[in-house]
Amino acid sequence: MTSVERRAGVLAASDVRVAFGSTVALDGLSLEAARGEIVALIGPNGCGKSTFLRVAAGLLRPDRGEVTLDGEPISRPDPRIGLVFQEPRLLPWRSVADNVGWPLELAGWARAPRAERVGELIDLVGLRGSERLRPAQLSGGMRQRAALARTLALSPEVLLLDEPFSALDALTRERLNLELLRLHADTGMTIVVVSHSIPEAILLADRVLVLTPRPGRVAAEVRIDAGHPRSLETLDVAFVSDAAAEIRRHLQTGAAAA
Amino acid sequence: MTAAARTRSVAGAWPVAVAFVAFVIAWQLVVALGRLPAFILPTPAEVAARFVRAWTDGTIWPHFVTTVSEVGLGFAAGSAIGVIVGYGLARFGVLARIASPYLVAAQAVPILAIAPLLSLWFGTGLLAKVVVCGLIVFFPVAVATMVGIREVDRGLLELARSLRASRRRVLLDVELPAALPVILGGLRVGVTLAVVGAIVGEWAGPDRGLGVLINLARGSLFDTPLLFATLVTIALLGIVAYGLVVLAERRLVGVR
Repeated sequence: MTSVERRAGVLAASDVRVAFGSTVALDGLSLEAARGEIVALIGPNGCGKSTFLRVAAGLLRPDRGEVTLDGEPISRPDPRIGLVFQEPRLLPWRSVADNVGWPLELAGWARAPRAERVGELIDLVGLRGSERLRPAQLSGGMRQRAALARTLALSPEVLLLDEPFSALDALTRERLNLELLRLHADTGMTIVVVSHSIPEAILLADRVLVLTPRPGRVAAEVRIDAGHPRSLETLDVAFVSDAAAEIRRHLQTGAAAA
Repeated sequence: MTAAARTRSVAGAWPVAVAFVAFVIAWQLVVALGRLPAFILPTPAEVAARFVRAWTDGTIWPHFVTTVSEVGLGFAAGSAIGVIVGYGLARFGVLARIASPYLVAAQAVPILAIAPLLSLWFGTGLLAKVVVCGLIVFFPVAVATMVGIREVDRGLLELARSLRASRRRVLLDVELPAALPVILGGLRVGVTLAVVGAIVGEWAGPDRGLGVLINLARGSLFDTPLLFATLVTIALLGIVAYGLVVLAERRLVGVR
Protein backbone atom coordinates (compact mmCIF):
# COMPACT_ATOMS: atom_id res chain seq x y z
CA MET A 1 0.00 0.00 0.00
CA THR A 2 1.10 3.54 -0.68
CA SER A 3 2.04 5.58 2.36
CA VAL A 4 -0.69 7.92 3.54
CA GLU A 5 -0.16 11.43 2.31
CA ARG A 6 -1.52 14.00 4.73
CA ARG A 7 -3.19 16.05 2.03
CA ALA A 8 -6.73 16.34 0.72
CA GLY A 9 -8.19 13.57 -1.38
CA VAL A 10 -7.08 10.43 0.44
CA LEU A 11 -9.83 7.84 0.31
CA ALA A 12 -9.56 4.83 2.57
CA ALA A 13 -11.84 1.93 3.32
CA SER A 14 -11.30 -0.36 6.29
CA ASP A 15 -13.02 -3.66 6.87
CA VAL A 16 -16.23 -2.66 5.08
CA ARG A 17 -19.14 -5.08 5.25
CA VAL A 18 -22.47 -4.52 3.51
CA ALA A 19 -25.27 -7.06 3.49
CA PHE A 20 -28.66 -6.83 1.81
CA GLY A 21 -30.77 -9.22 3.84
CA SER A 22 -28.98 -12.55 3.66
CA THR A 23 -26.88 -11.52 0.65
CA VAL A 24 -23.48 -10.28 1.74
CA ALA A 25 -22.21 -7.92 -0.96
CA LEU A 26 -18.96 -6.82 0.69
CA ASP A 27 -17.11 -8.33 3.60
CA GLY A 28 -13.79 -7.17 5.01
CA LEU A 29 -13.02 -4.84 2.13
CA SER A 30 -10.08 -2.55 2.82
CA LEU A 31 -8.30 -0.33 0.36
CA GLU A 32 -6.71 3.04 0.06
CA ALA A 33 -6.34 5.54 -2.76
CA ALA A 34 -3.66 8.18 -2.31
CA ARG A 35 -4.12 11.75 -3.42
CA GLY A 36 -4.05 11.96 -7.18
CA GLU A 37 -3.88 8.22 -7.61
CA ILE A 38 -6.06 6.28 -10.04
CA VAL A 39 -7.25 2.99 -8.62
CA ALA A 40 -9.25 0.55 -10.69
CA LEU A 41 -11.49 -2.04 -9.06
CA ILE A 42 -12.02 -5.10 -11.18
CA GLY A 43 -13.97 -8.21 -10.43
CA PRO A 44 -16.76 -10.48 -11.59
CA ASN A 45 -20.37 -9.30 -11.70
CA GLY A 46 -22.00 -9.15 -8.30
CA CYS A 47 -18.76 -8.74 -6.36
CA GLY A 48 -20.04 -5.53 -4.82
CA LYS A 49 -17.97 -3.03 -6.83
CA SER A 50 -20.92 -0.67 -7.29
CA THR A 51 -21.95 -1.22 -3.67
CA PHE A 52 -18.53 -0.04 -2.56
CA LEU A 53 -18.82 3.13 -4.65
CA ARG A 54 -22.24 3.83 -3.06
CA VAL A 55 -20.68 3.53 0.38
CA ALA A 56 -17.79 5.78 -0.63
CA ALA A 57 -20.24 8.34 -2.07
CA GLY A 58 -22.16 8.43 1.22
CA LEU A 59 -25.31 6.93 -0.33
CA LEU A 60 -25.16 3.71 1.66
CA ARG A 61 -24.16 3.04 5.29
CA PRO A 62 -21.94 -0.01 5.73
CA ASP A 63 -22.99 -2.56 8.32
CA ARG A 64 -19.45 -2.64 9.61
CA GLY A 65 -16.24 -0.72 8.93
CA GLU A 66 -16.02 2.69 7.32
CA VAL A 67 -14.82 4.66 4.35
CA THR A 68 -12.93 7.81 5.20
CA LEU A 69 -11.90 10.89 3.26
CA ASP A 70 -8.75 12.43 4.73
CA GLY A 71 -9.44 10.49 7.90
CA GLU A 72 -13.06 11.62 8.37
CA PRO A 73 -15.72 8.93 8.05
CA ILE A 74 -18.15 9.46 5.17
CA SER A 75 -21.71 9.17 6.42
CA ARG A 76 -23.60 11.25 3.87
CA PRO A 77 -23.04 12.61 0.33
CA ASP A 78 -20.18 15.08 0.38
CA PRO A 79 -19.35 17.75 -2.25
CA ARG A 80 -15.70 16.69 -2.12
CA ILE A 81 -16.67 13.33 -3.58
CA GLY A 82 -18.23 13.06 -7.03
CA LEU A 83 -19.90 9.94 -8.38
CA VAL A 84 -20.42 9.16 -12.06
CA PHE A 85 -23.08 6.49 -12.47
CA GLN A 86 -23.10 3.73 -15.03
CA GLU A 87 -26.00 5.47 -16.81
CA PRO A 88 -25.86 9.22 -17.53
CA ARG A 89 -28.99 9.95 -15.42
CA LEU A 90 -29.60 13.32 -17.05
CA LEU A 91 -32.87 15.14 -16.40
CA PRO A 92 -34.62 14.69 -19.78
CA TRP A 93 -36.51 18.00 -19.53
CA ARG A 94 -33.37 20.07 -19.00
CA SER A 95 -30.81 21.15 -21.58
CA VAL A 96 -27.23 19.89 -21.37
CA ALA A 97 -26.13 23.17 -19.80
CA ASP A 98 -28.92 23.09 -17.21
CA ASN A 99 -28.08 19.49 -16.35
CA VAL A 100 -24.41 20.31 -15.94
CA GLY A 101 -25.27 23.34 -13.80
CA TRP A 102 -27.80 21.51 -11.61
CA PRO A 103 -25.37 20.67 -8.76
CA LEU A 104 -24.41 24.36 -8.70
CA GLU A 105 -28.09 25.37 -8.50
CA LEU A 106 -28.60 22.92 -5.66
CA ALA A 107 -25.54 24.32 -3.90
CA GLY A 108 -27.05 27.80 -4.18
CA TRP A 109 -24.75 29.38 -6.78
CA ALA A 110 -26.00 32.65 -8.30
CA ARG A 111 -26.87 32.74 -11.98
CA ALA A 112 -23.81 34.57 -13.31
CA PRO A 113 -21.01 32.51 -11.70
CA ARG A 114 -23.03 29.41 -12.49
CA ALA A 115 -23.20 30.26 -16.18
CA GLU A 116 -19.46 30.91 -16.23
CA ARG A 117 -18.64 27.62 -14.51
CA VAL A 118 -21.02 25.69 -16.80
CA GLY A 119 -19.23 27.25 -19.79
CA GLU A 120 -15.86 26.01 -18.50
CA LEU A 121 -17.23 22.52 -17.87
CA ILE A 122 -18.82 22.34 -21.31
CA ASP A 123 -15.45 23.18 -22.85
CA LEU A 124 -13.66 20.75 -20.55
CA VAL A 125 -15.68 17.75 -21.75
CA GLY A 126 -15.92 18.90 -25.37
CA LEU A 127 -19.64 19.64 -25.55
CA ARG A 128 -19.36 23.18 -26.90
CA GLY A 129 -22.16 23.70 -29.42
CA SER A 130 -24.42 21.09 -27.82
CA GLU A 131 -25.15 22.89 -24.56
CA ARG A 132 -28.69 23.92 -25.62
CA LEU A 133 -29.67 20.39 -26.70
CA ARG A 134 -31.73 18.02 -24.61
CA PRO A 135 -30.34 14.64 -23.51
CA ALA A 136 -32.57 12.79 -26.00
CA GLN A 137 -30.82 14.63 -28.84
CA LEU A 138 -27.36 13.46 -27.77
CA SER A 139 -25.38 10.32 -28.58
CA GLY A 140 -24.55 7.94 -25.75
CA GLY A 141 -20.99 9.23 -25.53
CA MET A 142 -22.13 12.85 -25.37
CA ARG A 143 -24.59 12.01 -22.60
CA GLN A 144 -21.87 10.44 -20.52
CA ARG A 145 -19.66 13.49 -21.17
CA ALA A 146 -22.46 15.67 -19.83
CA ALA A 147 -22.81 13.41 -16.78
CA LEU A 148 -19.06 13.68 -16.20
CA ALA A 149 -19.18 17.48 -16.50
CA ARG A 150 -22.05 17.56 -14.00
CA THR A 151 -20.01 15.52 -11.50
CA LEU A 152 -17.02 17.81 -11.98
CA ALA A 153 -19.11 20.96 -11.43
CA LEU A 154 -18.33 21.25 -7.74
CA SER A 155 -14.63 20.38 -8.26
CA PRO A 156 -14.54 17.18 -6.21
CA GLU A 157 -11.26 15.94 -4.76
CA VAL A 158 -12.26 12.35 -5.34
CA LEU A 159 -13.97 11.09 -8.47
CA LEU A 160 -15.78 7.76 -8.29
CA LEU A 161 -16.73 6.15 -11.60
CA ASP A 162 -19.06 3.18 -11.83
CA GLU A 163 -18.31 1.54 -15.20
CA PRO A 164 -19.09 4.91 -16.74
CA PHE A 165 -18.38 4.04 -20.35
CA SER A 166 -19.50 0.41 -20.38
CA ALA A 167 -22.61 1.10 -22.47
CA LEU A 168 -20.62 2.83 -25.23
CA ASP A 169 -19.02 1.42 -28.35
CA ALA A 170 -15.32 0.48 -28.11
CA LEU A 171 -13.95 3.49 -30.01
CA THR A 172 -15.98 6.05 -28.04
CA ARG A 173 -15.03 4.29 -24.86
CA GLU A 174 -11.33 4.46 -25.69
CA ARG A 175 -11.54 8.15 -26.50
CA LEU A 176 -13.41 8.96 -23.29
CA ASN A 177 -10.90 7.00 -21.23
CA LEU A 178 -8.06 9.03 -22.73
CA GLU A 179 -9.96 12.23 -21.99
CA LEU A 180 -10.46 11.07 -18.44
CA LEU A 181 -6.66 10.69 -18.15
CA ARG A 182 -6.20 14.19 -19.53
CA LEU A 183 -8.72 15.53 -16.99
CA HIS A 184 -6.87 13.72 -14.25
CA ALA A 185 -3.59 15.27 -15.34
CA ASP A 186 -5.21 18.73 -15.25
CA THR A 187 -6.97 18.43 -11.91
CA GLY A 188 -4.94 15.94 -9.86
CA MET A 189 -8.12 14.33 -8.55
CA THR A 190 -8.04 11.00 -6.82
CA ILE A 191 -9.96 8.57 -9.01
CA VAL A 192 -11.54 5.22 -8.14
CA VAL A 193 -12.96 3.54 -11.22
CA VAL A 194 -14.94 0.34 -11.32
CA SER A 195 -14.48 -1.67 -14.48
CA HIS A 196 -14.86 -5.15 -15.75
CA SER A 197 -12.55 -4.64 -18.66
CA ILE A 198 -8.93 -5.61 -18.04
CA PRO A 199 -7.48 -3.41 -20.85
CA GLU A 200 -9.49 -0.44 -19.58
CA ALA A 201 -8.24 -0.95 -16.02
CA ILE A 202 -4.64 -1.16 -17.24
CA LEU A 203 -4.95 1.92 -19.42
CA LEU A 204 -6.35 4.05 -16.60
CA ALA A 205 -4.97 2.85 -13.31
CA ASP A 206 -1.84 3.21 -11.25
CA ARG A 207 -3.03 0.18 -9.32
CA VAL A 208 -5.61 -2.43 -10.20
CA LEU A 209 -7.36 -4.08 -7.27
CA VAL A 210 -8.86 -7.48 -8.06
CA LEU A 211 -11.96 -8.24 -5.99
CA THR A 212 -13.24 -11.66 -5.02
CA PRO A 213 -16.73 -12.82 -6.02
CA ARG A 214 -19.50 -12.15 -3.50
CA PRO A 215 -18.80 -11.20 -0.80
CA GLY A 216 -16.30 -8.78 -2.32
CA ARG A 217 -12.93 -8.01 -0.78
CA VAL A 218 -9.53 -7.22 -2.26
CA ALA A 219 -7.90 -10.43 -3.45
CA ALA A 220 -4.82 -8.97 -5.12
CA GLU A 221 -3.17 -5.76 -6.16
CA VAL A 222 -1.45 -5.29 -9.51
CA ARG A 223 0.68 -2.19 -9.99
CA ILE A 224 0.70 -0.64 -13.42
CA ASP A 225 4.13 0.97 -13.53
CA ALA A 226 3.60 3.05 -16.62
CA GLY A 227 4.06 6.77 -16.26
CA HIS A 228 1.66 9.52 -17.20
CA PRO A 229 0.61 10.92 -19.61
CA ARG A 230 -0.49 7.65 -21.14
CA SER A 231 -1.79 6.96 -24.56
CA LEU A 232 -2.76 3.75 -26.30
CA GLU A 233 0.59 3.86 -28.13
CA THR A 234 2.83 4.49 -25.15
CA LEU A 235 1.55 1.49 -23.22
CA ASP A 236 4.17 -1.11 -24.01
CA VAL A 237 2.61 -4.22 -25.49
CA ALA A 238 4.64 -6.79 -23.58
CA PHE A 239 4.09 -4.95 -20.34
CA VAL A 240 0.35 -4.68 -20.91
CA SER A 241 -0.03 -8.36 -21.69
CA ASP A 242 2.02 -9.29 -18.59
CA ALA A 243 -0.21 -7.13 -16.38
CA ALA A 244 -3.33 -8.49 -18.07
CA ALA A 245 -2.16 -12.07 -17.52
CA GLU A 246 -1.51 -11.38 -13.87
CA ILE A 247 -4.93 -9.76 -13.35
CA ARG A 248 -6.62 -12.63 -15.13
CA ARG A 249 -4.76 -15.17 -13.01
CA HIS A 250 -5.95 -13.39 -9.82
CA LEU A 251 -9.51 -13.24 -11.12
CA GLN A 252 -9.44 -16.98 -11.75
CA THR A 253 -7.91 -17.79 -8.37
CA GLY A 254 -10.55 -15.62 -6.72
CA ALA A 255 -13.30 -17.39 -8.60
CA ALA A 256 -11.87 -20.83 -7.72
CA ALA A 257 -11.62 -19.88 -4.04
CA ALA A 258 -15.28 -18.90 -3.93
CA MET B 1 -45.99 26.63 -34.69
CA THR B 2 -43.77 25.96 -37.70
CA ALA B 3 -45.11 26.10 -41.25
CA ALA B 4 -44.83 22.31 -41.54
CA ALA B 5 -46.78 21.79 -38.32
CA ARG B 6 -49.45 24.21 -39.52
CA THR B 7 -49.79 22.34 -42.82
CA ARG B 8 -50.07 19.09 -40.89
CA SER B 9 -52.78 20.41 -38.58
CA VAL B 10 -54.77 21.82 -41.53
CA ALA B 11 -54.48 18.48 -43.31
CA GLY B 12 -55.47 16.77 -40.07
CA ALA B 13 -58.58 18.96 -39.80
CA TRP B 14 -60.09 17.53 -43.02
CA PRO B 15 -61.21 14.14 -41.70
CA VAL B 16 -62.61 15.88 -38.62
CA ALA B 17 -64.69 18.25 -40.76
CA VAL B 18 -65.87 15.43 -43.02
CA ALA B 19 -66.88 13.32 -40.01
CA PHE B 20 -68.81 16.24 -38.55
CA VAL B 21 -70.73 16.84 -41.79
CA ALA B 22 -71.52 13.11 -42.01
CA PHE B 23 -72.77 13.18 -38.42
CA VAL B 24 -75.12 16.11 -39.14
CA ILE B 25 -76.42 14.45 -42.34
CA ALA B 26 -77.06 11.17 -40.49
CA TRP B 27 -78.93 13.05 -37.77
CA GLN B 28 -81.05 14.84 -40.38
CA LEU B 29 -81.79 11.50 -42.10
CA VAL B 30 -82.88 9.84 -38.86
CA VAL B 31 -85.38 12.66 -38.22
CA ALA B 32 -86.64 12.66 -41.84
CA LEU B 33 -86.91 8.87 -42.31
CA GLY B 34 -88.40 8.30 -38.86
CA ARG B 35 -90.80 11.24 -39.28
CA LEU B 36 -89.87 12.26 -35.74
CA PRO B 37 -91.61 15.33 -34.27
CA ALA B 38 -89.39 18.11 -32.90
CA PHE B 39 -90.22 17.32 -29.26
CA ILE B 40 -88.69 13.83 -29.70
CA LEU B 41 -85.71 14.74 -31.86
CA PRO B 42 -85.37 18.15 -33.53
CA THR B 43 -83.39 18.47 -36.77
CA PRO B 44 -79.85 19.87 -36.71
CA ALA B 45 -81.17 23.05 -38.35
CA GLU B 46 -83.80 23.53 -35.63
CA VAL B 47 -81.20 22.98 -32.92
CA ALA B 48 -78.78 25.36 -34.60
CA ALA B 49 -81.45 28.05 -34.91
CA ARG B 50 -82.53 27.58 -31.28
CA PHE B 51 -78.85 27.65 -30.20
CA VAL B 52 -78.28 31.00 -31.90
CA ARG B 53 -81.51 32.46 -30.53
CA ALA B 54 -80.84 31.24 -26.97
CA TRP B 55 -77.42 32.87 -27.09
CA THR B 56 -78.59 36.15 -28.65
CA ASP B 57 -81.70 36.69 -26.50
CA GLY B 58 -79.77 36.01 -23.26
CA THR B 59 -81.53 32.76 -22.32
CA ILE B 60 -78.34 30.76 -21.96
CA TRP B 61 -75.83 33.40 -20.83
CA PRO B 62 -76.54 33.56 -17.04
CA HIS B 63 -76.74 29.76 -16.84
CA PHE B 64 -73.54 29.44 -18.82
CA VAL B 65 -71.67 31.85 -16.55
CA THR B 66 -72.82 29.93 -13.46
CA THR B 67 -71.75 26.57 -14.86
CA VAL B 68 -68.40 27.85 -16.11
CA SER B 69 -67.55 29.26 -12.68
CA GLU B 70 -68.53 25.98 -11.01
CA VAL B 71 -66.40 24.01 -13.45
CA GLY B 72 -63.44 26.38 -13.08
CA LEU B 73 -63.50 26.48 -9.29
CA GLY B 74 -64.35 22.78 -8.87
CA PHE B 75 -61.63 21.71 -11.29
CA ALA B 76 -59.03 23.95 -9.64
CA ALA B 77 -59.91 22.80 -6.12
CA GLY B 78 -60.33 19.11 -7.01
CA SER B 79 -57.10 18.90 -8.98
CA ALA B 80 -55.05 20.86 -6.41
CA ILE B 81 -56.21 18.58 -3.59
CA GLY B 82 -55.86 15.56 -5.89
CA VAL B 83 -52.21 16.35 -6.65
CA ILE B 84 -51.39 16.88 -2.96
CA VAL B 85 -53.17 13.71 -1.81
CA GLY B 86 -51.78 11.68 -4.73
CA TYR B 87 -48.25 12.77 -3.79
CA GLY B 88 -48.85 11.75 -0.19
CA LEU B 89 -50.20 8.35 -1.28
CA ALA B 90 -47.15 7.75 -3.46
CA ARG B 91 -44.56 8.77 -0.89
CA PHE B 92 -46.06 7.46 2.35
CA GLY B 93 -47.03 3.80 2.08
CA VAL B 94 -48.94 3.83 5.38
CA LEU B 95 -51.13 6.65 4.15
CA ALA B 96 -51.87 4.73 0.94
CA ARG B 97 -52.88 1.62 2.88
CA ILE B 98 -55.12 3.56 5.27
CA ALA B 99 -56.76 5.88 2.76
CA SER B 100 -57.14 3.73 -0.38
CA PRO B 101 -60.33 1.87 0.68
CA TYR B 102 -62.08 5.14 1.53
CA LEU B 103 -61.00 6.76 -1.71
CA VAL B 104 -62.20 3.83 -3.80
CA ALA B 105 -65.45 3.63 -1.82
CA ALA B 106 -66.06 7.35 -2.28
CA GLN B 107 -65.44 6.92 -5.99
CA ALA B 108 -67.78 3.91 -6.24
CA VAL B 109 -70.72 5.80 -4.70
CA PRO B 110 -72.66 7.44 -7.56
CA ILE B 111 -72.15 11.18 -7.44
CA LEU B 112 -75.81 11.52 -8.47
CA ALA B 113 -76.82 9.95 -5.15
CA ILE B 114 -74.74 12.17 -2.91
CA ALA B 115 -75.32 15.44 -4.79
CA PRO B 116 -78.63 16.15 -2.96
CA LEU B 117 -76.88 15.42 0.34
CA LEU B 118 -74.14 17.88 -0.52
CA SER B 119 -76.64 20.62 -1.29
CA LEU B 120 -78.21 19.88 2.10
CA TRP B 121 -74.82 20.36 3.75
CA PHE B 122 -73.43 23.21 1.71
CA GLY B 123 -76.60 25.04 0.70
CA THR B 124 -78.07 25.59 -2.73
CA GLY B 125 -75.48 28.17 -3.77
CA LEU B 126 -72.20 27.91 -5.64
CA LEU B 127 -70.33 26.02 -2.91
CA ALA B 128 -72.33 22.77 -3.12
CA LYS B 129 -71.77 22.54 -6.88
CA VAL B 130 -68.08 23.32 -6.56
CA VAL B 131 -67.84 20.51 -4.01
CA VAL B 132 -69.61 18.00 -6.31
CA CYS B 133 -67.39 19.10 -9.17
CA GLY B 134 -64.22 18.96 -7.05
CA LEU B 135 -65.07 15.49 -5.71
CA ILE B 136 -65.49 14.05 -9.18
CA VAL B 137 -62.25 15.67 -10.41
CA PHE B 138 -60.27 14.65 -7.34
CA PHE B 139 -60.11 10.90 -7.92
CA PRO B 140 -58.56 10.63 -11.40
CA VAL B 141 -56.08 13.40 -10.58
CA ALA B 142 -55.07 11.80 -7.25
CA VAL B 143 -54.61 8.38 -8.86
CA ALA B 144 -52.64 9.80 -11.80
CA THR B 145 -50.39 11.78 -9.46
CA MET B 146 -49.80 8.72 -7.28
CA VAL B 147 -48.86 6.59 -10.27
CA GLY B 148 -46.72 9.35 -11.81
CA ILE B 149 -44.77 10.01 -8.63
CA ARG B 150 -44.28 6.29 -7.91
CA GLU B 151 -42.85 5.78 -11.37
CA VAL B 152 -40.20 8.50 -11.09
CA ASP B 153 -36.85 7.00 -12.12
CA ARG B 154 -35.09 5.86 -8.93
CA GLY B 155 -31.77 6.58 -10.56
CA LEU B 156 -32.66 10.26 -10.76
CA LEU B 157 -33.72 10.27 -7.10
CA GLU B 158 -30.42 8.67 -6.12
CA LEU B 159 -28.57 11.24 -8.22
CA ALA B 160 -30.45 14.03 -6.44
CA ARG B 161 -29.49 12.50 -3.09
CA SER B 162 -25.83 12.29 -4.12
CA LEU B 163 -26.00 16.01 -4.95
CA ARG B 164 -27.55 16.74 -1.52
CA ALA B 165 -30.78 18.12 -2.98
CA SER B 166 -33.31 19.23 -0.37
CA ARG B 167 -36.77 17.61 -0.17
CA ARG B 168 -38.23 20.70 -1.82
CA ARG B 169 -35.73 20.71 -4.70
CA VAL B 170 -36.29 16.99 -5.29
CA LEU B 171 -40.01 17.73 -5.56
CA LEU B 172 -39.62 20.74 -7.87
CA ASP B 173 -36.63 19.63 -9.95
CA VAL B 174 -37.24 15.89 -10.27
CA GLU B 175 -40.53 14.48 -9.05
CA LEU B 176 -43.02 16.99 -10.46
CA PRO B 177 -41.40 17.38 -13.89
CA ALA B 178 -40.98 13.60 -14.19
CA ALA B 179 -44.58 12.90 -13.16
CA LEU B 180 -46.05 15.82 -15.11
CA PRO B 181 -47.11 13.89 -18.26
CA VAL B 182 -48.99 11.34 -16.13
CA ILE B 183 -50.54 14.04 -13.89
CA LEU B 184 -51.68 15.91 -16.99
CA GLY B 185 -53.31 12.71 -18.24
CA GLY B 186 -55.33 12.68 -15.01
CA LEU B 187 -56.22 16.34 -15.49
CA ARG B 188 -57.51 15.57 -18.99
CA VAL B 189 -59.91 13.00 -17.58
CA GLY B 190 -60.71 15.29 -14.66
CA VAL B 191 -61.62 18.33 -16.73
CA THR B 192 -64.33 16.55 -18.71
CA LEU B 193 -65.68 15.01 -15.50
CA ALA B 194 -65.72 18.52 -13.99
CA VAL B 195 -68.37 19.52 -16.53
CA VAL B 196 -70.44 16.43 -15.72
CA GLY B 197 -70.02 17.16 -12.00
CA ALA B 198 -71.28 20.71 -12.38
CA ILE B 199 -74.40 19.61 -14.30
CA VAL B 200 -75.14 16.83 -11.80
CA GLY B 201 -74.68 19.29 -8.94
CA GLU B 202 -77.13 21.70 -10.57
CA TRP B 203 -79.83 19.04 -10.86
CA ALA B 204 -79.86 18.72 -7.09
CA GLY B 205 -80.73 22.33 -6.39
CA PRO B 206 -83.12 24.90 -7.85
CA ASP B 207 -80.80 27.65 -8.94
CA ARG B 208 -79.03 28.65 -12.11
CA GLY B 209 -76.79 26.76 -14.49
CA LEU B 210 -76.90 24.75 -17.69
CA GLY B 211 -78.13 21.70 -15.74
CA VAL B 212 -81.06 23.74 -14.47
CA LEU B 213 -81.76 24.96 -17.99
CA ILE B 214 -81.87 21.34 -19.22
CA ASN B 215 -84.49 20.55 -16.59
CA LEU B 216 -86.45 23.71 -17.46
CA ALA B 217 -86.38 23.00 -21.20
CA ARG B 218 -87.47 19.42 -20.72
CA GLY B 219 -90.02 19.88 -17.94
CA SER B 220 -91.76 23.21 -17.72
CA LEU B 221 -90.90 24.79 -21.08
CA PHE B 222 -91.27 21.58 -23.10
CA ASP B 223 -88.72 23.09 -25.51
CA THR B 224 -86.72 20.13 -26.87
CA PRO B 225 -84.67 22.26 -29.33
CA LEU B 226 -83.59 24.40 -26.34
CA LEU B 227 -82.67 21.21 -24.48
CA PHE B 228 -80.48 20.21 -27.41
CA ALA B 229 -79.03 23.72 -27.74
CA THR B 230 -78.04 23.48 -24.05
CA LEU B 231 -76.49 20.04 -24.59
CA VAL B 232 -74.48 21.49 -27.49
CA THR B 233 -73.33 24.30 -25.20
CA ILE B 234 -72.26 21.79 -22.54
CA ALA B 235 -70.44 19.69 -25.12
CA LEU B 236 -68.64 22.77 -26.45
CA LEU B 237 -67.70 23.79 -22.92
CA GLY B 238 -66.24 20.32 -22.34
CA ILE B 239 -64.30 20.42 -25.60
CA VAL B 240 -62.88 23.86 -24.89
CA ALA B 241 -61.91 22.93 -21.31
CA TYR B 242 -60.26 19.73 -22.55
CA GLY B 243 -58.51 21.70 -25.28
CA LEU B 244 -57.11 24.11 -22.69
CA VAL B 245 -55.60 21.22 -20.71
CA VAL B 246 -54.12 19.72 -23.88
CA LEU B 247 -52.71 23.14 -24.76
CA ALA B 248 -51.19 23.46 -21.30
CA GLU B 249 -49.75 19.97 -21.74
CA ARG B 250 -48.13 20.92 -25.05
CA ARG B 251 -46.61 24.00 -23.49
CA LEU B 252 -45.31 22.11 -20.45
CA VAL B 253 -44.10 18.80 -21.82
CA GLY B 254 -44.20 19.15 -25.59
CA VAL B 255 -40.51 20.00 -25.67
CA ARG B 256 -39.31 16.60 -24.47
